[in-house]
Amino acid sequence: MERVITANWHVEKAYTLSVYQQHGGFKSLKKVFGMERGAVVPELIKSNLRGRGGAGFPVGAKWSFLPKGTDVPKYLVVNADEGEPGTFKDRFIMERDPHRLMEGCIIAGFTLGLKAAYIYVRGELVLAAQRMEAAIAELYATGLLGKNIQGSGLDFDIYVHRGAGAYICGEETALIESLEGKTGQPRLKPPFPAVVGVFGCPTVVNNVESIACVPLVIERGAEWWAAQGSEKNGGPKIVQISGTVKRPGTYEVPNGISLRDIVFSDLYGGGPRDGRTIRAVIPGGTSCPVLRADQLDVKHDFDALKEKPFDTMAGTSGVIVMDETVCVVRIAARIARFYHHESCGQCTPCREGTGWVSKILDRIEAGGAKRAEVDQLLDIVNNIRGNTICPFGDAVGMSIGAYLRQFPEEFIAHVEQGRCTYPAW
Amino acid sequence: MFNPNATDIDGPILFSPENEKQLATLIQRYPYKRAALIPVLHMAQAQFGWLSPGVMAYVAQRLELPEGKVLQVASFYTMFDKKPVGRHKVEVCTSVPCCMMGGFAVVRHISERLGIGVGETTADGRVTLLEAECLAGCGYAPLLQVNGEFHENLTPERIDALLATLR
Repeated sequence: MERVITANWHVEKAYTLSVYQQHGGFKSLKKVFGMERGAVVPELIKSNLRGRGGAGFPVGAKWSFLPKGTDVPKYLVVNADEGEPGTFKDRFIMERDPHRLMEGCIIAGFTLGLKAAYIYVRGELVLAAQRMEAAIAELYATGLLGKNIQGSGLDFDIYVHRGAGAYICGEETALIESLEGKTGQPRLKPPFPAVVGVFGCPTVVNNVESIACVPLVIERGAEWWAAQGSEKNGGPKIVQISGTVKRPGTYEVPNGISLRDIVFSDLYGGGPRDGRTIRAVIPGGTSCPVLRADQLDVKHDFDALKEKPFDTMAGTSGVIVMDETVCVVRIAARIARFYHHESCGQCTPCREGTGWVSKILDRIEAGGAKRAEVDQLLDIVNNIRGNTICPFGDAVGMSIGAYLRQFPEEFIAHVEQGRCTYPAW
Repeated sequence: MFNPNATDIDGPILFSPENEKQLATLIQRYPYKRAALIPVLHMAQAQFGWLSPGVMAYVAQRLELPEGKVLQVASFYTMFDKKPVGRHKVEVCTSVPCCMMGGFAVVRHISERLGIGVGETTADGRVTLLEAECLAGCGYAPLLQVNGEFHENLTPERIDALLATLR
C-alpha cells in the first residue's frame, strides 16, 4: 500500500527542514492557520484517529477534554518513551521524520492554545533526541517556532526532555512526574492530566505516532482518513513484526488488516522460518494477552482484538511471533522478570507480586515447582490486577494470566517432567 | 587502572564551560529548576563518568535541591551509574523477543571474549557488560547499545569487530 505515515522514511535527509518542505512539509500547518480554530478537533474526531501509544483512545476526544480559556498555561506532552517490548516505531519517526512530529505539535499548540510542547524521549534513544534537537533549532531559525509563528499570533515552544531508563515513565502520569524532575511514580486518576497535568497545568499527553498523524489527517481530510481503516479505526498504522518470522521489521498497513496476514503474508511477516509452525503470537507488545496460532483470524485494530474469544488488545501493534521451538513458559518468566525490574514500587500488590510471580515462574520453567504453584500463580496475578494505582498492575495480571489460560498444558508439563524440554537460549 | 571501589571522583567537581552554558539553557526550559534535574544528571554523568556522592551533591547545590532528592532520582533510573563504570558500557537487550532471537548468546560471547560477567568491568576499565531491557529494535534482534549507538542484527563476527573498536 501507499506509504503515508512512513512516506519520508527512506528519503535521504528527510530529517532536515528543507527536504521535509520539498516533500510537502508544513503545508498542513499553513492550512490550519487558515481554518477556524474550533474546526480542527471535530476533523480529528471525524477521522477516527486512535491513539497509538497502547490504549487506542481517540485523539480528537482527548484534545476536546482540555479546558478552553484558563488563566494557567496549557501544555502538550509527547510520550516518546517507547519501551514496550516488541515496539519499534516511534524511534524511527523521531530519527527519520522528526519535522512531521514537530508540525503535529505546532498544530496542537494553535488549536488548543498551548504554551509549549515537551517531548519526553526515552534516554536510550540518543540519535532520536539529537535529530529532534536539530529539527527544533531549524524551526526556531526559520520562525516556525517562537513568537508569532508565521504571523498567526501563536507563540509556541518545543523542548526535548530525555528520560533516563524507566519503562514506567511511559505511563502518562509517571511521565509527567519524571518531566517535573521526580521519580516516575504514577499518580491516581482522577484528576486526569487534562485538568491537572505537568507543572499543575492542563495537559494533553499523546504518543509520537498519534501526533505525527495529525498533519496527515489535515492534509488528506478526515473522510479519507476514516475510510482507510476499519470502523472507528481510521487511517493506516505502523505495525512492527519481530520474533520467529522470515521478514521482521516495520510495515505500514491499513488499520483492521487481518492478524494472520500480518504474520504470514509475503508482503509482511512472511510466515515462519525453516519450515516450522507458529505456535503463539502477541498482537501489540508484551503487555497484551498472547494468542494461540489458531486465533489469528481477527482484524488487527483497537476494537476487534478486545472482543471474545481474543480478549487481547492492539496495544502498540508490536506483533511478536513465536514458533514451536519457543517455550511459552520461559517467555512468561522473562516477561515477569521485566515487570519485576520495572515496577516503580509504590503499590504493594505490584512491588511484591511481580517479584513473587517472577520467582515462581523461574522455578516452574526450571522444573523445580510444585503443581500447586501453578494455581497459586493465577491467584497472585489476579490479585495484582485491579489493585494498583496505574495500569502496570493490570498489564502484569492480564499478560501473565493469558499464558496460564492459553497454554495450561505447558505449565503442567514443566512441573510433571521436572524440567524444560525446549531448546535453551 | 580501573578502580571499581572508588568512592568518589578525583579532582575538583565543577562543570566545564560548555556544560555551564548547557546548564543555563536547560534551566530556562522549565518553570522551575527541579524539572531540569534528569537532563542535568545526564550532563554530569557524561562529564564525570559516574554519579558519585560528590557529583550528586554538586548537582543538588546547583539546582537548589536537597541531596536526598537527587540521590532518590539517580537511584530510580537505570541509565544513571552510582558506581564507577568502564569507558564503554555495552548493554545487550535480553527482553522478549531478543531473548528468543539470540540475545543471551550475545551476552555469553562477549562475556567469554572479555573474561567478565554481567555487571562486571574489564580490569583495564575498558568495557562494562550489562543486560538491558527492550531497546526498541526488536525486528533487528539480537542487538546491543554502546556509547549511545545501536548495533543490530548481531553475529559473532560483528560483535568481535565492534569489541576491537572499544579502546
